Amino acid sequence: MDPGTLAISLRTLAISGAATVLSIAIGVPIGYVLAWRRFRGRTILLGIVNTGMGMPPVVVGLVVWLLLVRSGPFGVFELIYTAPAMVIAQFLLATPIVIGFATASFQSMNPRIVDLLRVLGAGRLRRVWILAREARLGLMTAVMAAFGAIVSEVGASMIVGGNLERSTRVLTTAIVTETSRGEVERALSLGVVLFALSLAVNITLTVVQQRSRH
Amino acid sequence: MVPVSRRVLVTALLVVLVRILADPASSLAQNRSIILSTTTSTQDSGLLDVLVPRFEREAGIEVKVIAVGTGAALKMAASGNADVVLVHAPESERVYVESRDLVEGRLVMHNDFLIVGPSDDPAGVRQQRALPSVMRAIAAKSTFISRGDQSGTHSAELSLWTAAGINPATLNRREETGQGMGATLNVADQKRAYTLTDRGTYLAQRKRLTLVPLFQGDTSLRNVYHVYAVNPAKHPKAKLAEARQFIAFFVSPAIQQAIGAFKRDEYGESLFFPDALR
Repeated sequence: MDPGTLAISLRTLAISGAATVLSIAIGVPIGYVLAWRRFRGRTILLGIVNTGMGMPPVVVGLVVWLLLVRSGPFGVFELIYTAPAMVIAQFLLATPIVIGFATASFQSMNPRIVDLLRVLGAGRLRRVWILAREARLGLMTAVMAAFGAIVSEVGASMIVGGNLERSTRVLTTAIVTETSRGEVERALSLGVVLFALSLAVNITLTVVQQRSRH
Repeated sequence: MVPVSRRVLVTALLVVLVRILADPASSLAQNRSIILSTTTSTQDSGLLDVLVPRFEREAGIEVKVIAVGTGAALKMAASGNADVVLVHAPESERVYVESRDLVEGRLVMHNDFLIVGPSDDPAGVRQQRALPSVMRAIAAKSTFISRGDQSGTHSAELSLWTAAGINPATLNRREETGQGMGATLNVADQKRAYTLTDRGTYLAQRKRLTLVPLFQGDTSLRNVYHVYAVNPAKHPKAKLAEARQFIAFFVSPAIQQAIGAFKRDEYGESLFFPDALR
């Protein structure tokens, strides 16, 4: 693999990896609340989350672009066309996916387990932790679905990252560039790298998921 | 009651659908059509949005416009996947003219490139008298955003660096977007950087950019457009007759005049200067 492809692959992994970790940190607790608490508007909120699982990346990218450009509300931070801007956009795409999967996997557990934990005197944080461990099969699926969605996304990354060769070009945007340059072979080989990267990440996560079943 | 009205609705919908599909005006499939491969900057200027529909009306030939970088546009034509090309990279064009992939070329028009940058001009481009010193000033002090997409604008930029005795690969603050002119102007604007742009795209987007023209008028900043037909002797599926009609249309006096007048009222200056009749 040439140094350019390697740099792009590592950057892809770093950006989508960071966005996935952030979306887990935010999405799992929200999924816990949506699964176990009963409050007004909960069903509507779940409906919104489920819609968010299929949000068009270009639209999310456009909104983030409008927020981050110099003339936008967060323009002072000068984040547009940087890797952090891409993490933000991918985080917004991944979080509804994590919430959706997390809610479903918490809900598939026996509801009495929460009462049991409460009776046994476990505090709230401890309850979330224990239940998350119990729900890990589903939660690992959430991680894989979220990572898979954002690592293969191109619209938002192109708009908010700008596809800058040395700072924001990732595998998907590089494929678009090479295709429009007419370098179809190079575009295709980048596609193979993207597929291999996805495969490696998912096999690793699947091994972790299946091992922890026992 | 309900099932009946539903059936009526479905039938009505089907009738409408069939009518739409069968309507000769909405289906251009049986009409003649050609593929025009051209560059994104040509497409972005909006000129084709005026000229292509006019050609389609007058000639009764549908034009499928594929806008990519110049390199890809030429490659597409040279592999027989287009019928006619409109490009602005004479150096690259020569290769395909010599290989006889492209024939019957005509000079159509030119526009020009500008060096644009932040209005406070941190690199001091305004003080420079010649292009090589402009490029050296930018290289020494500022960020430069390159198209990096092997487009005509990209190759023009590379030759500017070469003329200034600079190897662009050694510049730390030169970034490539790999995108079209519009997106690249946005990046340069947001990063307060310099870039090379064609006048057309710049004027079209000027309203929402803070970038200003800092150097222009040099003859090596001229952007010359040629139109070619794909040679059916090498690519049997190329439609030469239709391509000839397209070329004749572009160099006709009426269209040459329309090219010069394109958006002149809106911007107070011409975007393109017709050359075919000179």
